[in-house]
Amino acid sequence: MNTEPSARAEILRHIRTALQDVSLSRQPGLTEIVRNYRHQSTLERAEILENFIEHVTDYKVTVRQVERTSLPEAISKACAAHNIQRLVIPADLPENWLPPHVELLGDYPYLTSEQLDTSDGVLTGCALGISQTGTIVLDGGATQGRRTLTLLPDYHLCVIFAEQIVDLVPEAIARLSQAVGANHRPITFISGPSATSDIELNRVEGVHGPRTLEVLLVH
Amino acid sequence: MSEAPDNPSSKRALPAFPVAASKALENAQLRRNMRKATSTIREKRTRAVAEMPDWEELREAGHRIKENVLRSLDTYLLELEASVQAAGGQVHWARDAQEANDIIGQIATKHAAREVIKVKSLTTDEIRLNSALKARGIEAIETDLAELIIQLAGEGSSHILVPAIHKNRAEIRELFLKKLDVDQLTDEPRDLTNAARSHLRRKFLSTPVAISGTNFAVAETGSVCVVESEGNGRMCLTLPRVLISVMGIEKVIPTWQDLEVFLQLLPRSSTAERMNPYTSIWTGVHPNDGPQEFHLVLLDNGRTRVLADTVGRQALHCIRCSACLNICPVYSRTGGHAYNSVYPGPIGAILTPQLLGLERAGSLPYASSLCGACYDVCPVKINIPQVLISLRGQVVRQKQRSRRLRDRTNPEAIVMRVIARIFANRTRYEQAQHLAQIGQLPIKHGEFIEKLPGELGNWTIMRDMTAVPPQSFRDWWRTHQQEQNRPEDKSE
Repeated sequence: MNTEPSARAEILRHIRTALQDVSLSRQPGLTEIVRNYRHQSTLERAEILENFIEHVTDYKVTVRQVERTSLPEAISKACAAHNIQRLVIPADLPENWLPPHVELLGDYPYLTSEQLDTSDGVLTGCALGISQTGTIVLDGGATQGRRTLTLLPDYHLCVIFAEQIVDLVPEAIARLSQAVGANHRPITFISGPSATSDIELNRVEGVHGPRTLEVLLVH
Repeated sequence: MSEAPDNPSSKRALPAFPVAASKALENAQLRRNMRKATSTIREKRTRAVAEMPDWEELREAGHRIKENVLRSLDTYLLELEASVQAAGGQVHWARDAQEANDIIGQIATKHAAREVIKVKSLTTDEIRLNSALKARGIEAIETDLAELIIQLAGEGSSHILVPAIHKNRAEIRELFLKKLDVDQLTDEPRDLTNAARSHLRRKFLSTPVAISGTNFAVAETGSVCVVESEGNGRMCLTLPRVLISVMGIEKVIPTWQDLEVFLQLLPRSSTAERMNPYTSIWTGVHPNDGPQEFHLVLLDNGRTRVLADTVGRQALHCIRCSACLNICPVYSRTGGHAYNSVYPGPIGAILTPQLLGLERAGSLPYASSLCGACYDVCPVKINIPQVLISLRGQVVRQKQRSRRLRDRTNPEAIVMRVIARIFANRTRYEQAQHLAQIGQLPIKHGEFIEKLPGELGNWTIMRDMTAVPPQSFRDWWRTHQQEQNRPEDKSE
């Protein structure tokens, strides 16, 4: 691909020629960007959690609130309710999350796509939640595993702790800057199960990603 | 789509918008589908935006960020290149469609790919990537449901966001029965969706190379962001060994923090949701997670030419949300095909003529009533009417240059010259008004003129003209002032 260096040079030259009229203030940052939008939530903690539940539920996702001590039981119940027999788990899930009477497919050594595709579901934690938009964020950190784990299985059971939930998108972006900037981790925002509105704008939940998403909110 | 008129390497002019539009308007089914679709999504958008007390502040920030990017585009692109490379990705630069297609084709060929899977991407439509790959013996499989529908139907997109908006469920069922390996199928959207899911699942699991577009690329971190709904994006971005992402050079944003603005503006403006179901952000290559080879193709293809137009360059702020399409009284009647371009609607009316050149798409700046609704809904405040008017001016000047001689005798040009003389001088203007008051008497009906005589009649084919009133404001003002100044009015 020996045309590339010249393509690069030529595009840059065209940009600089095109911008002759703004040459006086060409340094990045010289045009001030006014960020008068909300950065910090002004809501009470209880209200943030309430909105999170409401907004996640709006995407037709079941949210169950559980106490820390009854989490293992809630996981077992959810798996039983969906008749999960082969459950994918990231390699670093806490021991007491693991439901008994279910075949566990730990992702180490790495599972193949076929193994993931033929499993019944996946259990993970998450990096944080966004109340304003009903979003769950995965950053590939602890209890979340590789990206395909939460993609190929048809059922995703996600555990989120109340203290992981922020109100606004800017609060989430700020919390993620370390994971992206320093650690180059992949980020996935999940707002409800996959969906399409391509046919007459009728919303259908469940296209290529997991068709069912459930959330356990731990207080 | 090999004969698409907006093929970037062709020099052929697009069919004129009025001709294509009147053909589209004859299709009653299309008009019904379009009306239903655009009105539904318009109402939803209004609700989604009303939830945000700081919407205007976000729009302003989005506008400023994009403006800032364009002012230093070279610097940010170099920063992006360095960060992507530092994170393990490879960066390519492409001056035009052919160069981009060659780069992508060579990478796919190197990996012996006979098929590649694709995430919906306008930029790859713009460069006609699919047909370029076909020429190399590589089949590009569209994985977005709507893109799959129009690919199977052999048609072009009619909407940025919902490309098959012109097709109803019965038409889609027919198509799937014919083209997909299914025996029984109802026309329920859920059933149709499931048919596409099983058809594509096999492709996702077996295809080694994927191609995507880019919604945002962060110069500071080298992160690339793709927003989507169906999960086909996540499939393409994580399952294959090799990922190639194409981005227009204007899609770079300076900092990680800037994403917080666009991830709020885009979903509410486009699908009218608080957030789209899936947003993927990756930074180079992640060991053991996702593609182990990542290529980013930076595409110019006319963008630096747009950048040189001080008024028109704001078209490059566009984040492809499609809010301006849904709100547009012209688009919501004609649909997208009448624009004969990958970018239809108001944004297409300013972007296409600039990317392809006015000589090829000179009718598009006129595909608008200049009502300004597009400007009001634009999440990054692109002043579309302003650009439309500027482009119309350029079209006229270009015509004048190319037909200087004929122009002297062109009736429109003569009328314009006379009017310009009249408007330039107060006495002449008032005399003309008085003349018109008398002259219009034989053709005036009440307050309107329904039919102008001769050549001027073209103006009144579609509309009535307001007649010149019996008394002009200037006349009224003079009389009023005289009355005020009469001595008997002064009571002191």
